[in-house]
Amino acid sequence: MISLAGRDILHSWSKFVLTGLGLGLLIGATLTMAGVYRGMVDDAEVLLQNSGADLWVVQKDTLGPYAEPSSLPDDLYRGLLGLPGVAQAANVTYLTMQVRKGDTDVRAMVVGFKPGQPGAPGFLTSGRQITRSHFEAVADQMTRFKVGDRIRIRRQDYTVVGITRRMVSSGGDPMVFIPLKDAQEAQFLKDNDAILASRARNAANPAFNRPGVPGLLDAVNASQTSNHSVNAVLVRVAEGHDPVAVAQTIRRWKHLQAYDRKEMEDILIAKLIATAAKQIGMFLAILTLVSAAIVAFIIYTLTLGKIREIAVLKLIGTQNRTIASMILQQALGLGVIGFLVGKIAATLWAPAFPKYVLLLPGDAARGFVAMMVVCALASTVAIRAALKVDPATAIGG
Amino acid sequence: MDQGTGIRIEGLWKRYGEGGAAMDALKGVDMTVAPGEVVGLIGPSGSGKTTLLKCLGAVIEPTRGRMTLGGEVIYDAGWKIKDLRTLRRDRIGFIFQAPYLIPFLSVTDNVALLPMLAGQPNDQARERALELLQAMDVSHRAQAEPSSLSGGEQQRVAIARALANRPPVILADEPTAPLDSERALTVMRILHDMASQYQTAIIVVTHDEKIIPTFKRIYRIRDGQTFEEAGEGRDISNGQEPSKRVDQPA
Repeated sequence: MISLAGRDILHSWSKFVLTGLGLGLLIGATLTMAGVYRGMVDDAEVLLQNSGADLWVVQKDTLGPYAEPSSLPDDLYRGLLGLPGVAQAANVTYLTMQVRKGDTDVRAMVVGFKPGQPGAPGFLTSGRQITRSHFEAVADQMTRFKVGDRIRIRRQDYTVVGITRRMVSSGGDPMVFIPLKDAQEAQFLKDNDAILASRARNAANPAFNRPGVPGLLDAVNASQTSNHSVNAVLVRVAEGHDPVAVAQTIRRWKHLQAYDRKEMEDILIAKLIATAAKQIGMFLAILTLVSAAIVAFIIYTLTLGKIREIAVLKLIGTQNRTIASMILQQALGLGVIGFLVGKIAATLWAPAFPKYVLLLPGDAARGFVAMMVVCALASTVAIRAALKVDPATAIGG
Repeated sequence: MDQGTGIRIEGLWKRYGEGGAAMDALKGVDMTVAPGEVVGLIGPSGSGKTTLLKCLGAVIEPTRGRMTLGGEVIYDAGWKIKDLRTLRRDRIGFIFQAPYLIPFLSVTDNVALLPMLAGQPNDQARERALELLQAMDVSHRAQAEPSSLSGGEQQRVAIARALANRPPVILADEPTAPLDSERALTVMRILHDMASQYQTAIIVVTHDEKIIPTFKRIYRIRDGQTFEEAGEGRDISNGQEPSKRVDQPA
């Protein structure tokens, strides 16, 4: 038996290809939305992976350092180093801000770290690691900075000495790594006007400005100007120790919050990007419905255009299943054309997106199956219409 | 295939609607068409021609009476054959006012479709189709799309399609309506040839004055009743040999 659907598609190939193209762009958008979600999850995992930490120690009762603000004293890490199972502990700061280069600025997550400790950029694609104590930076290639560029963070200029890649925040902002001391200043240091106002306020305060206690006012001013806070301490667990047990020890004895890798993944994926994921899920559902409506409409219209032929086919003895199969195959054919166009389109335009879009083969396979199901369901409207055609209409009268 | 008794209709009634709105489109129609015979069914609009054709084509069910097609009773006082689709496919050929060829199939596949639907292998079905197209003198357009054929060629392909499953009965609904006189007579000549060659009983519903004289027997239908009368039976053989019988070896 010849394939009626195949012959019809070949006969009206331009109609099918053009329709498939339109549908394909919609499917491409759907696949890209899924890719955006995957990219967000991957960004989160890469963020954790690249930090090089086993545990994240943050302020008690916070979800820091990525999901909530957290502030810890910068000498806390010494106490952590004394706990059993802690191999390395290092202060880090994270601050998302605008980093300027000339007249342009880039939204970036500025990371303060100590070279050679957890939190440092893992690998570079060009340049070198930071070797000086101040005013050097390593930037992710998404910032489009180059080695040798001068960038400004708050009041200080930094020289880009190295470029890294896939070092982004959970929000997809590229990271700029600077020395911890500089980052602490950038994050916590007041501006000049604020310092002046603060000093004036202290001088006017009789408790800080006692005539009989020389040096007290200067000490108070100095304590308010300098800052000794960090956002988190990244801990690397010694070999043979269970990170979960070490985290429990930290929580118990240091009255801090300590998250292991899995808990931090839960925070990033289940909490931080949960709303975005739901948003994308809604988009996916809507795009799927729109795709279904388009396929249903197109197949229905194509079927209505063949009503007379279908009546003749029924009159000359064609079984309903043959006619239903023809329409179903056409809907599936349209889905296949649309999916191929969509996959190619998504692959081509994904790199142009500002945030990372991760197109997984598994998602493509699931998308293909979903598209086939959608097409099959969408074809039922046209099949119903075709099966309702009275063969007597071919005779007329 | 045993062509049996061609077409035999006895006391056929068809009622549309119920109660006060009921309308009898056919009122005890009697008709017989022998194998190899071509008869005309003539009548004004609303006389019941199409209803009769639909009953014969097993697309609507009569209200009462008895119908026999190709020696097989298909309806008898409320009893009807169950698989009407298969009956239509295997025992009835249809020719319509317009050819209604499937536009996305080639000419050959349009004709071969019926045997394929009946389960014949594709190559055998196409072989049969080519033989019929040759008999209809359109084999040179075998691979063409139907839309590229002239009206006369399309109608000949439609006739070939009607013959594809060697049905004992062919129902032709105004087959010459869209054709000029010459082509209309050509189509009628083909139908007469095919009827005599295959012993097919053919009913031609027509208004076409050009072809009415070609029938030896005519049924006039008026107000749901048929009246048999003799036709002129004009010779339209054109002095040519009838087409070669395609299911016999050359």
